[in-house]
Amino acid sequence: MTSAPEALLSVRDLRTYFPTSRKGLFGPRGSVKAVDGLTFDVYRGETLGLVGESGCGKSTTGRAVIRLVRPTGGEVIYNGRDLTQLSDGEMRRLRQKLQIIFQDAYASLSSRMRVGAIIGDALAIHNLASGRARAARVGELLHIVGLDPSFASRYPHEFSGGQRQRIGIARALAVNPDFIVCDEPISALDVSIRAQIINLLEDLQRELKLTYLFIAHDLAVVRHICDRVAVMYLGKFMELSANQALYAEPLHPYTQSLISAVPVPDPDLEDSRQRIILSGDVPSPVNPPSGCVFHTRCPIARDQCKQEIPAWREVKPGHWVACHFAGESIARA
Amino acid sequence: MVGESGCGKSATALSLMRLIPDPPGQIAGGSVEFGGRDLLKLSAREMRSIRGGELSMVFQDPMTSLNPMLRIRRQMTEAVQLHLGLSKSAALEHSINMLRLVGIPAAERRIHDYPHQLSGGMRQRVVIAIALSCHPKLVLADEPTTALDVTIQAQILELMRTTMREQNTAVLLITHDLGVVAGMCDRIIVMYAGTIVEEASRRDIFYNPRHPYTIGLLRSVPRLDRVRSNRLPQIEGLPPDLARLPKGCPFQARCPYVTEICRVDRPTLRSVGDRHAIACHNNVTREDAA
Ligand SMILES: Nc1ncnc2c1ncn2[C@@H]1O[C@H](COP(=O)(O)OP(=O)(O)OP(=O)(O)O)[C@@H](O)[C@H]1O
Ligand code: SF4
Ligand code: SF4
Ligand SMILES: [Mg+2]
Repeated sequence: MTSAPEALLSVRDLRTYFPTSRKGLFGPRGSVKAVDGLTFDVYRGETLGLVGESGCGKSTTGRAVIRLVRPTGGEVIYNGRDLTQLSDGEMRRLRQKLQIIFQDAYASLSSRMRVGAIIGDALAIHNLASGRARAARVGELLHIVGLDPSFASRYPHEFSGGQRQRIGIARALAVNPDFIVCDEPISALDVSIRAQIINLLEDLQRELKLTYLFIAHDLAVVRHICDRVAVMYLGKFMELSANQALYAEPLHPYTQSLISAVPVPDPDLEDSRQRIILSGDVPSPVNPPSGCVFHTRCPIARDQCKQEIPAWREVKPGHWVACHFAGESIARA
Repeated sequence: MVGESGCGKSATALSLMRLIPDPPGQIAGGSVEFGGRDLLKLSAREMRSIRGGELSMVFQDPMTSLNPMLRIRRQMTEAVQLHLGLSKSAALEHSINMLRLVGIPAAERRIHDYPHQLSGGMRQRVVIAIALSCHPKLVLADEPTTALDVTIQAQILELMRTTMREQNTAVLLITHDLGVVAGMCDRIIVMYAGTIVEEASRRDIFYNPRHPYTIGLLRSVPRLDRVRSNRLPQIEGLPPDLARLPKGCPFQARCPYVTEICRVDRPTLRSVGDRHAIACHNNVTREDAA
């Protein structure tokens, strides 16, 4: 990224809560704070990575940003308009620009429709092409994602996982989006197919000037594909920075422990590296810890951490952290 | 044992345990020697006494091994009584000790819980405790950490490393994660399309791979420990349909080094070094791919 980056999306204090079932007959109705106060920008043309463990709110964030779920609060500014305030009709028209691809490509593709119809429908809904032009565009889209245009007449079940993911990508691309939420697009794929899809997403981004929010739990993949990375835990961002800085010098204890926990395909390195193993489990988002949500597992937590919520602050240019003791190492021998 | 989904890793483990559902499956041939006996020749009853005793298993989903209707206590003590011949109270004490060993806090209380009262990571710890409780000679662990988060995976791998070493238990660890094998294993088998394509020490697999599939796989994974270079070198194409394998080498359609012979002759394992074997007609090294 050169020159001053331009924000394609500006997210401010985004919150998305889901009601939980009542505890007992007269108990209070609680809520899961799936996304709890996120503030960040997505720059035009970049890939912003979003990592964190299962249930921390990554998918909800991706959906809330493009309003596939309605946020409980906060703003998402896109082209000068706050998406959270738009009517459903206005949002439907904008949907064309804000797309998503899923981990489970199969579940997201209608099994009774032919591939051509699945992709063509997206074109029809937004009046982008009809008749012969539509068929031609479908063929072109299949070609772009590395599939044979003749596949248009087949059904999703006739394809492998990687091919279905390509179909899901073609469908998202059909409407000429600006922004695509990639929600774990390669997690379900075989190791030898992952590189193919990663390369495809990168090629498409370059050619079509796309902006991605790339959700993953695999930190190595994120390191490869993303310009910047956000680390999430229990509905909140812990750290956000340029890719290189995050891996070279993680400032948040959670980021440090995540990086240290990922096994690396290199025996000598595996034998020599110091592993920091967090104790305990991820607490339930229904009842998150007080103060810093990470304090129950943080190796350097202190009393202050139990009481005060750490502010989301920019500790270095472009490097955001939510920790009272940002920069302190957790690797104490 | 590493390989992609559908390449036969789990079928191998289930075959060793004689747990292949038959019908429709069938162990079509071969032998499985374990402690001087061929497991494939044992009666169902003899096999049952080996399973869960000398030979135990950990699956990806802990609920494959746990009964949701029974307390942990019942599930642990019955096996221990059966295989180790302990009294009820001794079995309970032994089980609690096993839970402590795998890091379950307040084990004497948690042993009375039902599986659903535990988190996913805790359940997998319980399964490992059960798998180890009868002092097995061999544990088959099929993707034991795949369903877990990375910080929990790190806990479980560390646990497996220490307990299995302490107990002197051999492990067949099945995974698709090359990082996990790099940190855990002494020797590695690489499978592709139902066969072993390479078998070597951990260092040879990673630093001197000789099968084109292994070479391609290692080059194609993004690395946490490296600054992004360029495009990932990808393996082209798809794994073959096991029901319609081509004549010759199963990797031929995707192999950059394919030659005439690969299309007619199926390569069998041959030695290329000290305890290092590949199923490939040609002599390819990592340098050829770079
Ligand atoms: N529609 C919903 N109704 C109620 N709770 C929900 C809903 N969607 C998500 N949640 C809850 O919100 C939290 C965040 O879920 P989310 O799916 O965003 O996490 P994630 O980080 O994407 O997890 P994973 O890595 O498993 O995909 C979880 O506790 C989840 O159970
Ligand atoms: S605020 Fe305290 S508990 Fe939270 S990450 Fe920082 S040091 Fe750890
Ligand atoms: S036998 Fe031929 S096709 Fe098969 S892996 Fe070796 S070189 Fe490639
Ligand atoms: Mg998700």
